[in-house]
Amino acid sequence: MTDMNSKEIQAREKKDLSAAPEQTKPGLLFTPAVDIFENDQELTVVADLPGVKPQNLEIDLRKNTLSIIGDVETPEGPGETDHIREFRTGRFFRQFTLSEVIDQSKIEASLKNGVLRLKLPKLEKAVPRKIMVQAG
Amino acid sequence: MFPKTFIDFPEWNVGNPFLDFERMRRDMNRLAERFGKGLPSFSTAGVFPLTNVTEDGNNYYIRAELPGMKTEDIEISATNSNLSISGQRIIPREGDNVRYHRREREAGKFSRMISLPGSIDTDKVEASFMDGILTIVLPKSEPMKPKQIEVK
Repeated sequence: MTDMNSKEIQAREKKDLSAAPEQTKPGLLFTPAVDIFENDQELTVVADLPGVKPQNLEIDLRKNTLSIIGDVETPEGPGETDHIREFRTGRFFRQFTLSEVIDQSKIEASLKNGVLRLKLPKLEKAVPRKIMVQAG
Repeated sequence: MFPKTFIDFPEWNVGNPFLDFERMRRDMNRLAERFGKGLPSFSTAGVFPLTNVTEDGNNYYIRAELPGMKTEDIEISATNSNLSISGQRIIPREGDNVRYHRREREAGKFSRMISLPGSIDTDKVEASFMDGILTIVLPKSEPMKPKQIEVK
Protein backbone atom coordinates (compact mmCIF):
# COMPACT_ATOMS: atom_id res chain seq x y z
CA MET A 1 0.00 0.00 0.00
CA THR A 2 2.87 2.35 0.69
CA ASP A 3 4.31 1.99 -2.81
CA MET A 4 0.90 2.53 -4.40
CA ASN A 5 2.03 5.93 -5.65
CA SER A 6 5.10 4.69 -7.45
CA LYS A 7 3.72 1.98 -9.70
CA GLU A 8 2.92 2.65 -13.34
CA ILE A 9 -0.63 3.84 -13.95
CA GLN A 10 -2.55 1.70 -16.40
CA ALA A 11 -4.69 3.55 -18.89
CA ARG A 12 -8.36 2.86 -18.46
CA GLU A 13 -11.09 3.97 -20.72
CA LYS A 14 -13.66 6.23 -19.23
CA LYS A 15 -16.60 4.22 -18.04
CA ASP A 16 -19.55 4.93 -20.22
CA LEU A 17 -22.85 4.67 -18.45
CA SER A 18 -25.16 3.56 -21.20
CA ALA A 19 -28.14 2.32 -19.23
CA ALA A 20 -28.74 5.52 -17.36
CA PRO A 21 -31.85 6.23 -15.40
CA GLU A 22 -33.82 9.35 -16.21
CA GLN A 23 -31.56 11.06 -18.67
CA THR A 24 -32.91 14.55 -19.01
CA LYS A 25 -30.19 16.02 -21.18
CA PRO A 26 -28.87 14.57 -24.40
CA GLY A 27 -25.22 13.70 -24.37
CA LEU A 28 -22.78 11.21 -22.99
CA LEU A 29 -22.83 9.95 -19.44
CA PHE A 30 -19.80 8.69 -17.54
CA THR A 31 -19.26 7.02 -14.21
CA PRO A 32 -16.58 8.74 -12.18
CA ALA A 33 -13.97 6.70 -10.33
CA VAL A 34 -14.48 7.01 -6.58
CA ASP A 35 -12.76 6.13 -3.34
CA ILE A 36 -15.04 5.61 -0.38
CA PHE A 37 -13.67 5.14 3.10
CA GLU A 38 -14.81 5.66 6.63
CA ASN A 39 -13.44 6.10 10.07
CA ASP A 40 -15.31 6.29 13.35
CA GLN A 41 -16.51 9.86 12.81
CA GLU A 42 -17.29 10.14 9.12
CA LEU A 43 -17.60 8.60 5.72
CA THR A 44 -15.65 10.23 2.88
CA VAL A 45 -16.33 10.00 -0.84
CA VAL A 46 -13.60 11.15 -3.21
CA ALA A 47 -14.58 11.30 -6.89
CA ASP A 48 -12.56 12.09 -10.02
CA LEU A 49 -14.52 14.64 -12.03
CA PRO A 50 -12.06 16.10 -14.54
CA GLY A 51 -13.37 19.18 -16.33
CA VAL A 52 -16.21 19.89 -13.91
CA LYS A 53 -16.38 23.47 -12.66
CA PRO A 54 -17.92 24.11 -9.23
CA GLN A 55 -20.92 25.88 -10.78
CA ASN A 56 -21.65 22.84 -12.94
CA LEU A 57 -21.56 20.35 -10.11
CA GLU A 58 -24.77 19.31 -8.48
CA ILE A 59 -24.92 17.25 -5.34
CA ASP A 60 -28.40 16.19 -4.60
CA LEU A 61 -29.58 14.53 -1.43
CA ARG A 62 -33.08 13.21 -1.47
CA LYS A 63 -34.32 10.78 1.14
CA ASN A 64 -31.29 8.56 1.49
CA THR A 65 -30.03 8.86 -2.06
CA LEU A 66 -26.99 10.97 -2.76
CA SER A 67 -26.49 11.89 -6.41
CA ILE A 68 -23.39 13.44 -7.90
CA ILE A 69 -24.02 15.12 -11.24
CA GLY A 70 -21.24 17.03 -12.94
CA ASP A 71 -21.42 18.58 -16.38
CA VAL A 72 -18.32 19.09 -18.47
CA GLU A 73 -18.23 21.85 -21.04
CA THR A 74 -16.71 20.77 -24.35
CA PRO A 75 -13.10 21.86 -24.12
CA GLU A 76 -12.49 21.99 -27.86
CA GLY A 77 -12.82 25.24 -29.76
CA PRO A 78 -15.17 25.49 -32.74
CA GLY A 79 -12.54 25.26 -35.49
CA GLU A 80 -10.66 22.24 -34.19
CA THR A 81 -10.47 18.92 -35.97
CA ASP A 82 -9.50 15.62 -34.35
CA HIS A 83 -6.27 13.74 -34.79
CA ILE A 84 -6.37 11.40 -31.84
CA ARG A 85 -9.46 11.00 -29.71
CA GLU A 86 -9.11 8.76 -26.72
CA PHE A 87 -11.62 10.29 -24.37
CA ARG A 88 -14.87 12.10 -24.77
CA THR A 89 -16.58 14.48 -22.42
CA GLY A 90 -20.10 14.71 -21.16
CA ARG A 91 -21.83 14.36 -17.86
CA PHE A 92 -20.58 12.50 -14.82
CA PHE A 93 -23.22 10.72 -12.84
CA ARG A 94 -23.12 8.52 -9.80
CA GLN A 95 -25.61 7.67 -7.12
CA PHE A 96 -25.23 6.22 -3.65
CA THR A 97 -27.65 5.17 -0.97
CA LEU A 98 -26.68 6.49 2.42
CA SER A 99 -27.25 4.59 5.57
CA GLU A 100 -29.21 6.22 8.37
CA VAL A 101 -26.14 6.83 10.47
CA ILE A 102 -25.16 9.83 8.30
CA ASP A 103 -25.98 13.27 9.64
CA GLN A 104 -27.43 14.69 6.44
CA SER A 105 -27.37 18.28 7.68
CA LYS A 106 -23.60 18.32 8.10
CA ILE A 107 -22.44 17.07 4.73
CA GLU A 108 -19.53 19.06 3.32
CA ALA A 109 -18.31 19.13 -0.26
CA SER A 110 -15.25 20.63 -1.89
CA LEU A 111 -14.06 20.49 -5.47
CA LYS A 112 -10.46 21.09 -6.38
CA ASN A 113 -8.58 20.32 -9.58
CA GLY A 114 -11.36 18.09 -10.78
CA VAL A 115 -11.57 16.03 -7.59
CA LEU A 116 -14.66 16.15 -5.39
CA ARG A 117 -14.34 15.44 -1.73
CA LEU A 118 -17.53 14.78 0.16
CA LYS A 119 -17.51 14.48 3.92
CA LEU A 120 -20.45 12.69 5.42
CA PRO A 121 -20.31 12.89 9.22
CA LYS A 122 -21.96 10.17 11.23
CA LEU A 123 -24.68 10.99 13.73
CA GLU A 124 -23.51 11.42 17.28
CA LYS A 125 -25.22 8.26 18.46
CA ALA A 126 -23.57 6.22 15.72
CA VAL A 127 -20.04 7.11 16.79
CA PRO A 128 -18.78 4.15 18.77
CA ARG A 129 -17.77 4.86 22.32
CA LYS A 130 -15.42 2.84 24.41
CA ILE A 131 -16.91 1.96 27.76
CA MET A 132 -14.51 1.60 30.57
CA VAL A 133 -15.19 -1.30 32.86
CA GLN A 134 -14.67 -0.44 36.46
CA ALA A 135 -13.06 -3.06 38.55
CA GLY A 136 -14.64 -3.88 41.86
CA MET B 1 -35.24 -17.03 -77.34
CA PHE B 2 -33.47 -20.11 -76.17
CA PRO B 3 -29.95 -19.02 -77.15
CA LYS B 4 -30.50 -15.69 -75.48
CA THR B 5 -31.53 -17.31 -72.19
CA PHE B 6 -28.67 -19.69 -72.51
CA ILE B 7 -26.22 -16.86 -72.82
CA ASP B 8 -27.85 -14.63 -70.26
CA PHE B 9 -28.50 -17.28 -67.67
CA PRO B 10 -25.03 -17.83 -66.26
CA GLU B 11 -24.25 -14.18 -66.24
CA TRP B 12 -27.42 -13.21 -64.47
CA ASN B 13 -27.34 -15.95 -61.84
CA VAL B 14 -23.68 -16.33 -60.96
CA GLY B 15 -22.79 -12.83 -61.95
CA ASN B 16 -19.18 -11.96 -62.09
CA PRO B 17 -17.53 -14.31 -59.57
CA PHE B 18 -14.89 -11.66 -59.04
CA LEU B 19 -17.43 -9.01 -58.17
CA ASP B 20 -17.55 -10.03 -54.51
CA PHE B 21 -13.79 -10.01 -54.31
CA GLU B 22 -13.75 -6.65 -55.95
CA ARG B 23 -16.18 -5.33 -53.39
CA MET B 24 -14.13 -6.77 -50.55
CA ARG B 25 -10.98 -5.26 -51.94
CA ARG B 26 -12.64 -1.87 -52.10
CA ASP B 27 -13.84 -2.17 -48.50
CA MET B 28 -10.36 -3.13 -47.37
CA ASN B 29 -8.89 -0.16 -49.16
CA ARG B 30 -11.39 2.14 -47.59
CA LEU B 31 -10.52 0.79 -44.14
CA ALA B 32 -6.81 1.08 -44.77
CA GLU B 33 -7.27 4.62 -45.99
CA ARG B 34 -9.20 5.52 -42.89
CA PHE B 35 -6.66 4.17 -40.42
CA GLY B 36 -3.67 5.21 -42.46
CA LYS B 37 -4.71 8.83 -42.38
CA GLY B 38 -5.22 8.70 -38.65
CA LEU B 39 -8.73 9.98 -38.82
CA PRO B 40 -10.59 9.98 -35.53
CA SER B 41 -11.19 6.57 -34.13
CA PHE B 42 -12.06 5.70 -30.57
CA SER B 43 -9.30 3.18 -30.05
CA THR B 44 -6.67 4.20 -27.53
CA ALA B 45 -2.96 3.65 -27.36
CA GLY B 46 -3.44 2.07 -23.93
CA VAL B 47 -1.08 4.50 -22.27
CA PHE B 48 -2.03 6.76 -19.37
CA PRO B 49 -3.19 9.50 -19.59
CA LEU B 50 -5.86 9.24 -22.27
CA THR B 51 -5.17 12.06 -24.66
CA ASN B 52 -6.98 13.99 -27.35
CA VAL B 53 -5.03 15.71 -30.10
CA THR B 54 -6.77 18.30 -32.25
CA GLU B 55 -5.71 21.07 -34.57
CA ASP B 56 -6.97 24.26 -36.07
CA GLY B 57 -5.33 26.63 -38.54
CA ASN B 58 -2.63 27.90 -36.20
CA ASN B 59 -2.20 25.40 -33.38
CA TYR B 60 -2.22 21.82 -32.30
CA TYR B 61 -3.99 21.11 -29.03
CA ILE B 62 -3.31 18.26 -26.65
CA ARG B 63 -5.72 17.59 -23.81
CA ALA B 64 -5.53 15.01 -21.08
CA GLU B 65 -7.62 14.28 -18.02
CA LEU B 66 -5.46 14.31 -14.89
CA PRO B 67 -7.81 14.98 -11.99
CA GLY B 68 -6.27 15.83 -8.66
CA MET B 69 -2.79 16.39 -9.96
CA LYS B 70 -0.60 19.30 -9.05
CA THR B 71 1.10 21.31 -11.77
CA GLU B 72 4.52 20.67 -10.24
CA ASP B 73 3.99 16.92 -10.63
CA ILE B 74 3.48 17.17 -14.40
CA GLU B 75 6.48 17.38 -16.68
CA ILE B 76 6.14 18.34 -20.32
CA SER B 77 8.84 18.60 -22.93
CA ALA B 78 8.51 19.29 -26.62
CA THR B 79 10.73 18.73 -29.62
CA ASN B 80 10.12 19.62 -33.23
CA SER B 81 7.21 17.23 -33.68
CA ASN B 82 7.07 15.22 -30.48
CA LEU B 83 5.77 15.92 -27.05
CA SER B 84 6.32 13.98 -23.89
CA ILE B 85 4.15 14.13 -20.79
CA SER B 86 5.26 12.43 -17.63
CA GLY B 87 4.53 12.67 -13.96
CA GLN B 88 3.27 11.01 -10.90
CA ARG B 89 -0.22 11.01 -9.54
CA ILE B 90 -0.15 10.82 -5.79
CA ILE B 91 -3.14 9.88 -3.69
CA PRO B 92 -2.30 10.66 -0.08
CA ARG B 93 -3.02 8.18 2.65
CA GLU B 94 -6.16 8.91 4.58
CA GLY B 95 -5.11 8.11 8.10
CA ASP B 96 -4.47 4.74 9.66
CA ASN B 97 -7.83 3.74 10.99
CA VAL B 98 -9.90 4.04 7.84
CA ARG B 99 -11.76 1.22 6.20
CA TYR B 100 -12.10 1.34 2.43
CA HIS B 101 -15.38 0.46 0.76
CA ARG B 102 -14.35 1.39 -2.77
CA ARG B 103 -10.98 2.11 -4.21
CA GLU B 104 -11.18 2.93 -7.89
CA ARG B 105 -8.96 5.99 -8.26
CA GLU B 106 -5.50 5.14 -9.42
CA ALA B 107 -2.17 6.50 -8.36
CA GLY B 108 1.25 6.00 -9.84
CA LYS B 109 3.78 7.13 -12.37
CA PHE B 110 3.16 7.72 -16.02
CA SER B 111 4.99 8.79 -19.10
CA ARG B 112 3.71 9.22 -22.58
CA MET B 113 5.13 10.30 -25.91
CA ILE B 114 2.89 11.86 -28.53
CA SER B 115 4.00 12.47 -32.08
CA LEU B 116 2.33 15.39 -33.73
CA PRO B 117 1.17 15.40 -37.33
CA GLY B 118 3.47 18.32 -38.16
CA SER B 119 6.26 20.46 -36.77
CA ILE B 120 5.71 23.04 -34.06
CA ASP B 121 7.30 26.18 -32.71
CA THR B 122 8.73 24.76 -29.47
CA ASP B 123 9.42 28.20 -27.98
CA LYS B 124 5.76 29.12 -27.98
CA VAL B 125 4.25 25.97 -26.47
CA GLU B 126 1.92 26.80 -23.61
CA ALA B 127 0.39 24.48 -21.06
CA SER B 128 -2.41 25.14 -18.62
CA PHE B 129 -4.09 23.03 -16.00
CA MET B 130 -7.70 23.72 -15.08
CA ASP B 131 -10.26 21.60 -13.23
CA GLY B 132 -8.14 18.51 -13.68
CA ILE B 133 -7.70 18.89 -17.44
CA LEU B 134 -4.30 19.55 -18.90
CA THR B 135 -4.36 21.63 -22.08
CA ILE B 136 -1.26 22.13 -24.16
CA VAL B 137 -1.34 24.61 -27.04
CA LEU B 138 1.37 24.01 -29.61
CA PRO B 139 1.65 26.70 -32.31
CA LYS B 140 2.45 25.26 -35.72
CA SER B 141 5.74 26.25 -37.26
CA GLU B 142 5.41 28.78 -40.07
CA PRO B 143 5.65 26.37 -43.05
CA MET B 144 2.91 24.19 -41.53
CA LYS B 145 0.36 26.99 -41.35
CA PRO B 146 -2.18 27.20 -44.14
CA LYS B 147 -1.65 30.11 -46.52
CA GLN B 148 -4.46 32.03 -48.06
CA ILE B 149 -3.85 32.27 -51.77
CA GLU B 150 -5.51 35.02 -53.63
CA VAL B 151 -6.83 34.30 -57.08
CA LYS B 152 -5.83 37.07 -59.46
